[in-house]
Order: sequence, then structure tokens, then C-alpha cells
Amino acid sequence: MLEEIKIMIHNGKQFIPDVRTSKVSETFRGRPVITNAVVDEQKLVELCPTSAISSHPLSIDLKKCIFCGECAFRFPEKIKFTNDYKLSSNNPDNLIIKEGQTGPIMFDPSIVRNEIKKIFKSSLKLRQVCAGGDNSAEYELNASGNANFDMGRFGIEFVASPRHADGILVTGPISENMAEALEIAYKATPEPKLFILCGVDAISGGIFADSKALNRNFLKKVKVDLYIPGNPPHPLNIINGLLNFIN
Amino acid sequence: MNNLCKIKNNNSISLNSIPVYKYSDFFSKVVDLMGDDNKHIVNYFAIPDKNIFRFIALIADDSNSDIIILSHILEENDKKELAALTPKINALHIFEREIFENYGINFIGHPWLKPVRFPKNRYNKELQINDYPFYKINSSELHEVGVGPIHAGIIEPGHFRFICNGEDVLHLEIQLGWQHRGIEKLMLEKKQLLQRTILSESIAGDTSVGHSLAFAQVMETLAQIEVSEQLKIERSLALELERIAIHVGDISALCTDVAYNLGANIFGILRTGIINFTQSWCGNRLGKSMIRVGGINLPFTEKLKISLLDTIAKFEFQFLELAHHTYRLPSVENRFDNIGTVSENQIRKIGAVGMAARMANVKRDIRQSHPFAGFFKYPIEPVVLPKGDVFSRFLLRRKEIKSSIAWIKNMFEKENFDTPSEKPKTSISLMPQMFAVSLTEGWRGEICHCAVTDQNGEICFYKIKDPSMHNWKALELSLRNLEISDFPINNKSYNLSYCGFDL
Ligand code: SF4
Repeated sequence: MLEEIKIMIHNGKQFIPDVRTSKVSETFRGRPVITNAVVDEQKLVELCPTSAISSHPLSIDLKKCIFCGECAFRFPEKIKFTNDYKLSSNNPDNLIIKEGQTGPIMFDPSIVRNEIKKIFKSSLKLRQVCAGGDNSAEYELNASGNANFDMGRFGIEFVASPRHADGILVTGPISENMAEALEIAYKATPEPKLFILCGVDAISGGIFADSKALNRNFLKKVKVDLYIPGNPPHPLNIINGLLNFIN
Repeated sequence: MNNLCKIKNNNSISLNSIPVYKYSDFFSKVVDLMGDDNKHIVNYFAIPDKNIFRFIALIADDSNSDIIILSHILEENDKKELAALTPKINALHIFEREIFENYGINFIGHPWLKPVRFPKNRYNKELQINDYPFYKINSSELHEVGVGPIHAGIIEPGHFRFICNGEDVLHLEIQLGWQHRGIEKLMLEKKQLLQRTILSESIAGDTSVGHSLAFAQVMETLAQIEVSEQLKIERSLALELERIAIHVGDISALCTDVAYNLGANIFGILRTGIINFTQSWCGNRLGKSMIRVGGINLPFTEKLKISLLDTIAKFEFQFLELAHHTYRLPSVENRFDNIGTVSENQIRKIGAVGMAARMANVKRDIRQSHPFAGFFKYPIEPVVLPKGDVFSRFLLRRKEIKSSIAWIKNMFEKENFDTPSEKPKTSISLMPQMFAVSLTEGWRGEICHCAVTDQNGEICFYKIKDPSMHNWKALELSLRNLEISDFPINNKSYNLSYCGFDL
């Protein structure tokens, strides 16, 4: 017992007191900023591995960006990644970063369905479904619940059964082999339910977008309540994204 | 046996100079070679080439760092069947299954010729993932328990089918494939070097460094790029950080399963320190964007070295203190000791690699046997434990963390990072008609990437092997005659990859 107390004292306080303002290292690639510098836009568009960059005007689509940083390494005067980790939104248009835009990525409370606002305001129980992911978003989801980030303190938890869940959170690009299981889990979740895409693979397919081994048809049938960009999303991005639903 | 075709790790050979044997000769050569305890099977696959199939088997000789290449060909008019090697060399079971699933080549006498991962371009498209033919025992005394593909918790999908006598597990069969997203095919379809690099980082996100390093080395081999000694060392450093982080996370997860909360929490916190350092180096906690072909975007610096030494000093003190306490707790020892034991003999038979081999007295570690990157200049001695139970897997992680830390500290005493390593290449040209192989030792074990180029120097075949390809069988064997409630600790004690297996 004494030994354990010593261990605890040596470890000190490790939880992050305020997940909304906590800083991460400068090198972390979060929200990008596109300057007005004049560069060969065609080159920039072509170098992006997931076609996340469009020209006229130049923009980066965070639904496709895998945050490899290549655009910023090659055109540092044009693209910079800030360490702002709050990348989540319920409005896909807000995830397209345009030239000159420096403000934060906004969540749009006005488009949240009324029943969601009413029912989920104080806690959130989600069922995660991994559908062809590379286990990195899953890794960060697990980290979100650890003693550092402690998502549980906000009443956000992941549950074992979809029947006990307020919604489904998907990771991975939705492999054909997993498509049916995902749909079954979604149907088993009681209404009203949230549907969340976590990580670039889930949102757009990411680097796997063109693979014939995927089956993303299910997404045509459901409304997405939250997009959490990132490859994988940082735990602070996940938590802040989810906190938008609860007070 | 002296006229065998051999290459070293991270080398290439012209495809046409690989000797092609008659199948019966190939068969007996493989059987002969595999009779030696120093040798293990690395990979066995078929390359479709117009109307023929060229089979390649890679056997590692751990005593002299050779990789032996054996080949045979199935011609257009040959019957699509071969005598299975599996009954003689069990370790080939999964590779013959894979070839059967991909191309419909029948291995006669294979006891278990079942689907592997239901890939999109499988031979028998009629067969769906829900039709997997599970082993059955007809008895009214027994019952079956099926779990998955979706499990409780944030974890990848897979199906576990137990045949139980009461609480006791007689047999466990693991069906995978749900994570299949067609990576090997995308490796050919995506033409940009960066796209391919990113694919390699996404084979198994918890092993981004291990896999992307194998990819980079294959490309550098085919493009004849010799990277600087300093870059090689930086890559090994990244690999050891990945090992430390995942190992300490797994120790935390095992503590969770025995309800030892202090261990679960603090080992988890300790992992955060390491992955946050990785983030401060390359911008990503999992080391994505760290490894690039021919160079590195964010080279290691003296400043980072000071910061890492500080991180490691804190980590080491707390890790040792907590481990010293945790590993002696009767509640931990009792739960892990003599549970889920696999014997050395079983491990050799199934051809397990990496941690799954070393915990059962089988010394297989590519860092030592077939060195790569910084492990030539700074060798590492593998940790080997004799028993093969859950406790051994728990203990191996602790010892490997210590050994990786010692490796880093020793290397830091001699290296300085004043001049930054070279920048990555944005495009490369590859030698035509070559076969290249790269092995790395990720935290789970041996990773193997192979590539073949056509006459224009385009990649026409790419093969990826995660260590889980060999090692899932070890988990199945561990469960024999245990109670079904022992499954979670066994599963976590291996922590095998679904996505790395499913590709
Ligand atoms: S960081 Fe994003 S936008 Fe830039 S190149 Fe990579 S994927 Fe494209």
C-alpha cells in the first residue's frame, strides 16, 4: 500500500484539467492555414496523395486530408499547419479550409436535430464500429478514455451493445466485408441516434477511397451528425467534437 | 545445399536468376531446409505472370542472416493442384491457404484449406464472409460459443468460435477478413510514391513505423538509394519508440484485465509520454509521416535528443518503480502464471515469429539475425523467455522496454544530430525485372515486404506480411483446455493485428 502511494506521488497529477484549452506540441499538424502567397497551384494540387487540395481558389478539404504534411513541407510559404486540434464539425462545408481563412472550425448548433439536443444534453453512450480501419483511430479513441484525457468525466462512454447506445461511431473506410455488420449495428441502436464518422478513413475513405474492397453505400442512407477529421484524430479533437452535443 | 539462391535483407535479385525447381525438388528442398532449427519460413506466395504462376518461398537462416529463395512454376496447361507441404511443414499452412484462396490452386492433402481473409479479388467469389466453414465436433455434450465480428469495446472486428465442454475450451478457431481493404492491390494502382508510402503506414496503425520502414527499404533497394548512416539510426530510434509505447500500453491493458487499476492507469499514462514525444518529433503520435523513402522531412535534432533523454529518464524511473511492484503482486502472478502456455515445439511447428516466438524459448528477432537500419552499428540482443505462458508475454514486454531504452541511451552516447539527415525523394526510378525483399522487426515481430518490377521498372507485384499472419495460430493453441473466461487475458497478451492480417 505504502509503495503504491509512493508510485502515485511520483506520477503526480496527470489528467488534463481543461480539454478545451490544453496545448499540444508545435509540430502537431492540426488546422491548416493557406496564405495568399503565389505558388504553382497545379503542383500543389498534384502532390496531395488523397486529392484533398483544390485550386481556384486554393482550398484543403479536411474530409480527405490525411495530415501527411507534404503540402506544407514542399510549399512552406503557402501552407502551414497550426496545432489547433479542434477539427470536428457537423457541417461538411466548414471542413473545407479556404485561402486566407485563419479562424477556428465551427460546429453549427442550428443544424442539430431537436430530439438530439433534448435527449443527449448531459451524457453520451456510443457504440464504436471499426469497419476496415488501420487501428489508429481506435487507438486514439481508447486513449481518449485514459487517465490523461479522461473523457468519462463528461459522461461520454463507449458501450458494448448498440442497444444500449445513443449512437454509432464509425472508424475505418467501411470494407465490403464489414458493411453488413455495420448496418446491423446501426439498426439495433434505438432512435433517436447519432451517427458519427471518426477519422479520415471513415469520412471519405482516406487513402483507401478508390479501393474496390470497400462498400460505402450505407452512408447514402444515413445522416451524419459529426465528422471528426484526422489520421488518426487526436484525443482532444475527439473529445471536443463530442462535447458539442452535451453541455 | 551450397548452390541455393540466397540474398541478404534489403537486397534485390533479378527475377530471372532465381532458380526454378521442379515441384518435387522444391518440395524436398523446403522439407530439408526446414528441418534445421535455425531456419524459419518468412513467406510463401504465388506471383501471377501472364498465364503462369511463379511461386516464391523465402526461408530465413537465423544463423548467418541469409534469406534463401526457392521457386517453382505452374505453367498455363498444368493442373491447378500441388501436393500440400503443410502436413510435413505445419508453418506453411497459412501461406498455402492464402494461395488457394487467391488463385484457386488446390493443395492436395492440406488438412485445413479454408479461406484466409475473403479478399475482394479472391478466386471463389461465391463464397461470402458469413459462409466460413468452421470446424465442428458432433456431440451433444459440447456447445459452441461464437463472438464477433463486432466485439465489446473499441477493438477491431474478427470472429472467435469456441467449442466448449462446459466452461472448458476444447478448440478455438479464429476467422478474420473483416478489415480487408485491398492494400496490396492499391499498392499497384496508386502510382505516386507518397501514396504508396502512406498505404504502408496504414497497414497497421499501431505499427506505422515498422511497416513503412519495410516499404521504404524495399523502394530504396530497387532504386539503389543508399541512405546515410544517421538516417538509418533515426529510423531504428523511431522503431524502438514504437516498441516501447505499444508494449507499455499492452502492460496497462493486461493490468486492466486483472482489475489492477493503479497499473492500468499509470502504465497508460507512461505510454502518453512516449507517443507525445513521437508527436513532437514528427507531428503524429503514431509515427505516421516519420518514415519517407530516401530521407526524412523532420530530421532528429540535438534539441530533440535532450528532450527525449529527459522523457526517457522520467519514464524509466516510474516504469521501473511500478513494474517492480506490479510484477510481484500475487493477484497478477496467480492470474497470468501457467495460463495459456504454448510449448517451444508448438511455436516451432506453427512458425511463430517475434514476441510470440521469444516468449517460448525461440530466439527470432530480425534486428539481430538479419540486421537493418541502425542495428548494424548498434546491435541489440533479443530477450528470450522459456515458458510460453501469459506471464511470459507480460514479462517479455517489460524486459524489451528495458532493452530498447538501453539501446537508445547507448546510441545517444555516441551519436550527435547536429547536421540534419537528408530530405526524402519525391520520385524514384526502379531497376526493371527485379525482386526485392525487406524484413524489419516491428514490436509484434517480423514484418516482410516484397516487390517485383516489370521490364519498365514499374511495380507489378507487392506482398505484405504482418507477423500476425504466423502468430494468430499461437493464440488458438493457447486457449486449448483453458476456461473460456481466460480468453481476454490471452488475447491481450498477444495483441495481434486484425488489419495487418486482413490487408
Ligand atoms: S497534408 Fe493534407 S492537404 Fe497536404 S498533402 Fe497531405 S493530405 Fe494533402
